[in-house]
Amino acid sequence: MSQEKSKVVALMLNDISTDIIYPGRFMATVLPTETPQYCFADMTELNKRLKNKEIPPNSVIVAGANFGCGSSREQAVSTIKGYEIVIVAKGFARIFLQNSVNLGLNTVVCPTIEASEGDELEILQDKIVNLTSGKTFPVEPLPKARQVIVDAGGLIAYTRKRLLEKVGKK
Amino acid sequence: MGMTLVEKILAKATGQAAVKAGDVLEPKVDLAMSHENAALVINQFSEIYKDTGIPLKVWDPSKIAIIFDHRVPAESAKTATNQKKIRDFVGKQGVTKFHDIRGDEGGICHQVLPENGYVIPGSVIVGTDSHTTSHGALGTFAFGIGATEMASVWTLGTVLNVEVPGTIKVNVKGKFPAGVYPKDLILYLIGKLTAEGANFKVLEFHGETIKNMSTSGRLTLSNMSVEAGATSGLVPPDEETLRYLKEEASVDFKGELLKPDAEAKYDQVIEVDVTALEPQIAKPHTVDNVKPISEVKNVKLNQIVIGSCTNGRLDDLEAAAKILEGKKVSKDVRMLVFPASWRIYKEALKRGYIADLMDAGAVIMNSNCGCCLGVHQGALADGDVSLSTTNRNFKGRQGNPNSEVYLCSAAVAAASAITGIITDPRGVN
Repeated sequence: MSQEKSKVVALMLNDISTDIIYPGRFMATVLPTETPQYCFADMTELNKRLKNKEIPPNSVIVAGANFGCGSSREQAVSTIKGYEIVIVAKGFARIFLQNSVNLGLNTVVCPTIEASEGDELEILQDKIVNLTSGKTFPVEPLPKARQVIVDAGGLIAYTRKRLLEKVGKK
Repeated sequence: MGMTLVEKILAKATGQAAVKAGDVLEPKVDLAMSHENAALVINQFSEIYKDTGIPLKVWDPSKIAIIFDHRVPAESAKTATNQKKIRDFVGKQGVTKFHDIRGDEGGICHQVLPENGYVIPGSVIVGTDSHTTSHGALGTFAFGIGATEMASVWTLGTVLNVEVPGTIKVNVKGKFPAGVYPKDLILYLIGKLTAEGANFKVLEFHGETIKNMSTSGRLTLSNMSVEAGATSGLVPPDEETLRYLKEEASVDFKGELLKPDAEAKYDQVIEVDVTALEPQIAKPHTVDNVKPISEVKNVKLNQIVIGSCTNGRLDDLEAAAKILEGKKVSKDVRMLVFPASWRIYKEALKRGYIADLMDAGAVIMNSNCGCCLGVHQGALADGDVSLSTTNRNFKGRQGNPNSEVYLCSAAVAAASAITGIITDPRGVN
């Protein structure tokens, strides 16, 4: 998804686990409408800024490699999706990336990204332009198989379409 | 062209003669497992059917397994209500492989599935749990998925857009020295591969050490393969697999045992010799922060945990009981033991392991995930240090971001319980 200028609101290191994104002690809360309150719960400052709506939609978190490693808990995606934050990372863990595609969280794989907090980024289909530093970084495209889910508007819509086809054929 | 084990399994699951890494497929699912997060799956499943006029019906209730294990018994009204919702759904849909909160069966999902004979070599298994990789120990392609993906599986019976993963072959040779276990091998491997070293790939375990390893040890290897980022960790099924199925899971398997071809193409081959392997410790706060125990000195402990889908099986309890028999757990630590299933609990009772552990001062908990995921049964205080046979030491993992978790084998945990500091089990007994 291409979009206009986005501001970098936080930088994160490699191996940000699902326990950092959505701590296990909140796992009994499952509904996407309820999970955002615990987003990065143990990073209290960030959590507070999110809950106070100080971070506008389309703001960007820039992270290192293996973002979302660990659990398959989908709350780790729905909690960020609730604020429409974009995650630009050098790489993502497999299940987190697939969950993002399925739920429509904007995740961008950019292996060479360099940015500082406060930088303005322009995120395009094939590259990210850091408008503050003037540097450009290539973006890895989604595999085609995943793109069909994004194009359908997420996995619920995609599977619903398949279900209707399946029943219609009978 | 030769195929790896995962290629063989996916070719079979899609009815093709051959597939190769990178192909995108929609394999049929043989088993779809969830635990308490089935509450979210049910929600998403209902969303799929919403406004279609089609009655809510899972594709095959005999292929769905739901096991309560993450918060058992319920630690909150919210969890209890989720479990109730799942119980109602199970009843309405006729899900047969359901394990509720009972003392005569059940336990941790990754133990319950194999010991009940649900894990059949050559099958495709998905689970809404990242440690679903465990079941690769019996020669399956088993991997973790999210709740919405599972709702899609419940609807269609297939898993969408699976890209056939490349394979890293791990050849293991040598005999484990006394006091060194499969847990030490997998920690060592994760340290070598790093937490993302096997991302989007699978591990395939080979060699004499694997051949001589029990299914319990293999489950430990496959279980933690995900900590190197692997989609799954597969052991080609063999005589030991058939023995396990027959003797421990009451399955008389008559099908073909799929094996990788000799000329299969691997992305990478790793050679490991365990002859001189030391016990390994994963230090806080990443699983790949692994050091041999000789380099981990003077770590004072507050809590010791033996359990989880990684190391809560009978051989783990046996190793711990042998070390702690006639000894005492240090007054400075609390020791919690979670047998991985009620079957294991009962067998450990019969063999006297439970009495040995209790007499030493350990607290025997009910079979469930317990404090591994930081919800209940053993929260840590600020500044506490936990030594645990579980699989993750992420910041906050055991319920408190101001605590530390070290990972180890059951033998290291037991030896350290006596001293209250991380201790090499090779010097004890």
